[in-house]
Amino acid sequence: MSVRTSQTVAPAPAPREGAESRLETPGERWIRRAERRGPLVVLVAVCAAATIASPSDASWSDVSTILGNNAFVWLLALGMTFVITTGGIDLSVGSLYALGGVLAARGATHSPWLAIALPLVVCAAWGAVQGLLVAYGGMAPFIVTLAGLLGARGLLQALTDQGSTTYLVPTGSWFRHLGAGTWVPVGIVAALFAAGWILMERTGYGATLTAIGGNQDSAVLLGLPVARAKVLVYLLSGTLAGAAGALGGARLGSGVTTIGVGYELTAIAAVVIGGTLLTGGYGTIGGTVCGVLLLAVIHHLIDRYLSQYGSAMTDAVNGAFLAVVVLAQALLERSRRR
Amino acid sequence: MTAAAVIESVDADGAGARDRILDLAQRYGVYAALVVLVAVATAMNSDFMSASNWRVQLFQTAPTVLVALGMALVIGTEGVDLSVGATIALAASVIPLYIGYGPAPAIVLALLLGAAAGLVGGSMVAFAGVQPIVATLSLMIGLRGLAELLNGAAAKPVEDTTILNLGEQNLAGVPLMAWIALAATGAVAYTVRRTTFGRQLVAIGDNKRASLLAGLPVRRVLVTVYVLSGILSALAGVLIVGHGAEADPANQGLNMELSAITAVVVGGTPLAGGRVRVLGTVAGAMFMQLASAVLIQHNVPTSTTQIVEAVLICLAVYVSRERGTR
Repeated sequence: MSVRTSQTVAPAPAPREGAESRLETPGERWIRRAERRGPLVVLVAVCAAATIASPSDASWSDVSTILGNNAFVWLLALGMTFVITTGGIDLSVGSLYALGGVLAARGATHSPWLAIALPLVVCAAWGAVQGLLVAYGGMAPFIVTLAGLLGARGLLQALTDQGSTTYLVPTGSWFRHLGAGTWVPVGIVAALFAAGWILMERTGYGATLTAIGGNQDSAVLLGLPVARAKVLVYLLSGTLAGAAGALGGARLGSGVTTIGVGYELTAIAAVVIGGTLLTGGYGTIGGTVCGVLLLAVIHHLIDRYLSQYGSAMTDAVNGAFLAVVVLAQALLERSRRR
Repeated sequence: MTAAAVIESVDADGAGARDRILDLAQRYGVYAALVVLVAVATAMNSDFMSASNWRVQLFQTAPTVLVALGMALVIGTEGVDLSVGATIALAASVIPLYIGYGPAPAIVLALLLGAAAGLVGGSMVAFAGVQPIVATLSLMIGLRGLAELLNGAAAKPVEDTTILNLGEQNLAGVPLMAWIALAATGAVAYTVRRTTFGRQLVAIGDNKRASLLAGLPVRRVLVTVYVLSGILSALAGVLIVGHGAEADPANQGLNMELSAITAVVVGGTPLAGGRVRVLGTVAGAMFMQLASAVLIQHNVPTSTTQIVEAVLICLAVYVSRERGTR
């Protein structure tokens, strides 16, 4: 889960790595470990506590529910990890997710191949435009993608005649199998996460992203292709949101116009809980996996034991949990600086 | 000859002229846009200038103005407050719960809860050093859940006349809500321009580190800014409850953070902080409201309205981007 390859390039984390080997006290070492492995430790602890509390309940169907129902939404968090590592943010993914679903369902009425190609191409183009505005227009990612959030919803409304038209995936279409059951969608998502991990931790591109987030000016001076990398990162995030929408459309069998609202915040929360710094310069795919699993497990536990309070309880607990995690991160960061 | 080249030939210091034009556009663009919009709308529809239409527009805009004023202060310190919509829901949810003790205690409690929400968010930003967007994001998720827990997921009617009057009455032909928003605008403008606190706020937004080294009470100012944002949002929540005659924690204040940020940015306050345009913020809120109202009055579908809004936001940011935004 370390970004060792990146840190040989990244200017900001470099002193951290250099100082570690020579000057680190045992206390600092534990803080660093807690920071790196924290999400995993908390995830294991929560799962263990839940299993011990009611052993008979920890069944395969639980795992299947957690994985199958949420899997494609995790792709939003995967794309968001790349964006946030560069110090940016992508608020448009929730809208692009819904748009991808509608495009997939509309495409499926013609051909299953079109159902796959249409959301990927449109959402990739949308992301690329956002990336161009950020990288070459010098505009704040927060605002560009906020406009993207509104605009993509508008496009979706226009496509579906103000949301009144619902496109159904034909029942015989093999496109439906992509989202059915647990294994196919989870397999697709796992493969994409594996590809994402390789891209982030084992390629020069991942190192470039980390360097941009660490110190953009230094990255430019180093001769890294900063602008191109930033365009690609938003293109990647948009494409993954479109892919998530296509898988969601395949699972639901139709393009639902009202979903995806607020999903960008869930994705950001998962990424931040996973230990990626919102200021950029440090991001791990493994951490994001832990973050999305943690949110999904907590959600499932609340559904199971506190369902009389409904989704309100989930929101309250998730918000409190996120607050605790970011506070812990900030305090760990501070204690290391001392 | 391109536009930029023309500008350069007029002024020997070309880059300076370009900067100055962008600066003017950033400063006065929103007022010009507002005037053009009103002129076009009046030309296309003579009913647009009617008192009843303006009253409707003011009822719609007043809560956004209140929230956007707080947001402008927060953005002035290079922060952002995503929790304003959830704070509205939280303030709304306690009104039906405590209206039994009379309107004044219910309103005071709502405002106190808004202040408490701001205190939590502000403390996370100022003392723990959490990124503003993350700190207020966690509040945004948590507070709406809390509001729904307090009040149940369904909307509850509110029949208290004092609260309803706040949301429905007119004073001298102008909605009471608009007078309240006007008073808040005056207070915030005075605070930013004439008080030490206002100057410290702007200095912190410009350069936090330098402000800290200069001995400014950075943490106290930051916390105060988020508390003010929370109180203004809670006030907006009370007015929204009065106007709708119900508290609906699941839906009230939804996407308000986006509207408020849009109003602030369109009004010329740079996201990078260090400058607060109070009147511009009000004009920005007014402009976004009137623009969508005009489009709806002319039967333009909401899809197009949203795309137009997106383009307007991009335009506003392009103009203000020269100040350096991130």
